[in-house]
Amino acid sequence: MGNIKINDRDIVVPGETLAEGMDFVPGFGTYRDGENIIAKNLGLSSIRGKVIKLIPLAGRYYPKNGDVIIGRVQDIMLGGWMIGINCAYHSMLSMKEGTSEFIERGADLTQYFKIGDYVVTKVMNVTTQKLVDVTMKGPGLRKLQGGQVFAINSNKVPRVIGKNGSMIQAIKDATGCQITVGQNGFIWLKGEPAKEIIAREAIDIIEKNSHVSGLTEKIKGFLGNQVK
Amino acid sequence: MTYDKRFDGRKSFDELRPMEAKAGIIKSADGSGFFKIGKTEAIAAVYGPRTLHPRFLQDSSTGILRCHYNMMPFSGCGSRIRPGGNRRSKEISMVMKNALLPVLDLKAFPNSVVDVFVEYPQTDAGSRCAGITAASIALADAGITMTDLVCSVAVGRVDDKVAADLNYDEEAYEDGPVADIPIAMLPNKKTFTLLQMDGEIPKDMFMDALKMGLKVCDQIKELQVKALKDKYGEKK
Repeated sequence: MGNIKINDRDIVVPGETLAEGMDFVPGFGTYRDGENIIAKNLGLSSIRGKVIKLIPLAGRYYPKNGDVIIGRVQDIMLGGWMIGINCAYHSMLSMKEGTSEFIERGADLTQYFKIGDYVVTKVMNVTTQKLVDVTMKGPGLRKLQGGQVFAINSNKVPRVIGKNGSMIQAIKDATGCQITVGQNGFIWLKGEPAKEIIAREAIDIIEKNSHVSGLTEKIKGFLGNQVK
Repeated sequence: MTYDKRFDGRKSFDELRPMEAKAGIIKSADGSGFFKIGKTEAIAAVYGPRTLHPRFLQDSSTGILRCHYNMMPFSGCGSRIRPGGNRRSKEISMVMKNALLPVLDLKAFPNSVVDVFVEYPQTDAGSRCAGITAASIALADAGITMTDLVCSVAVGRVDDKVAADLNYDEEAYEDGPVADIPIAMLPNKKTFTLLQMDGEIPKDMFMDALKMGLKVCDQIKELQVKALKDKYGEKK
């Protein structure tokens, strides 16, 4: 008979034994060594029936097909744009995926995206060698005009969005800012300057306390105090 | 003449110097760690995984680990340490990399690098061990997949006694033979990832020293775990 060594939502460190015995199944962020299940990341434990997994608290963004991310145009290549996406690899936005307009041979690509522009893109494909292809074709994918972009840890993005977008909606409602959250941890804000600051503070609080439960209520309280 | 009382007043021969560990002390790094044992202090910062340049160093099957060991100019015991790498720091960087690599799996990050920078504001023997311990905290803090933590300590022999965590005075003991054995180990599997020796020691004392090392490493592991958990404070 196996026994669990930890509680649900405990902070665990690599090498920590989470459970003993073959009754449990190792999930994401864990591995089996002999009869034990051992953590291999720093994270929050999550026990779902027989499966024990980790929700990572740190680490770089890892691109996945279908993720909507915010990137920064870093270079203009012959066939498209190189986009920095806050991860170990760059991504490529090809001419074909960048715009649906006809681009003449030898045209100046800066008329579409300049170096330093921020764009909302979607990951189309990730190869085994981690060549990331992104596209601008899809609902909500666009060049970002104005506002500010800042980065948070990509593992905290689900907390910033909240269940069914509850958290981000609370911030939007209270501050009246437009907010786009990329899965890679880049966040774009646009609104009145004073309100932008409040929204950013709220997101900083979420990032710092992402492992705490009951955060949406706390943020609603914070926003209620700040926005009169 | 035997060595029967430790120079720095420690009660027993398996007692470590006072230790302190912290995680997340460098905000702009992806992960960082601090480890202090006696007067030896190590600060480790981890960056990455990130794209590796120059490209000829890239490995298309896995990410690589680079370690950088550096003593600050004022970190010795008086004389200025010339900044920049030297033969000693290059070797220690290499053994630190080899000590940390067995717990890492960077296969998910081909062509990338994880950089570990370890700096020493002050040193008093056992610096590579403190560095490995700090780097292990920093790697875990950076969210890198690790099968285990790595904890490291020096053991050895001073004259007729087997001792743990030698300080500089003990390493420089003149009235008898001394051996300094830096070890690093994985606390779960109880396997060694670093084993070096400087000095002379008979076989039975060597085995006793390793057994002592296995025992005292648990104290270091507990401190590493505490440092990482403390960063996130009280849960809920």
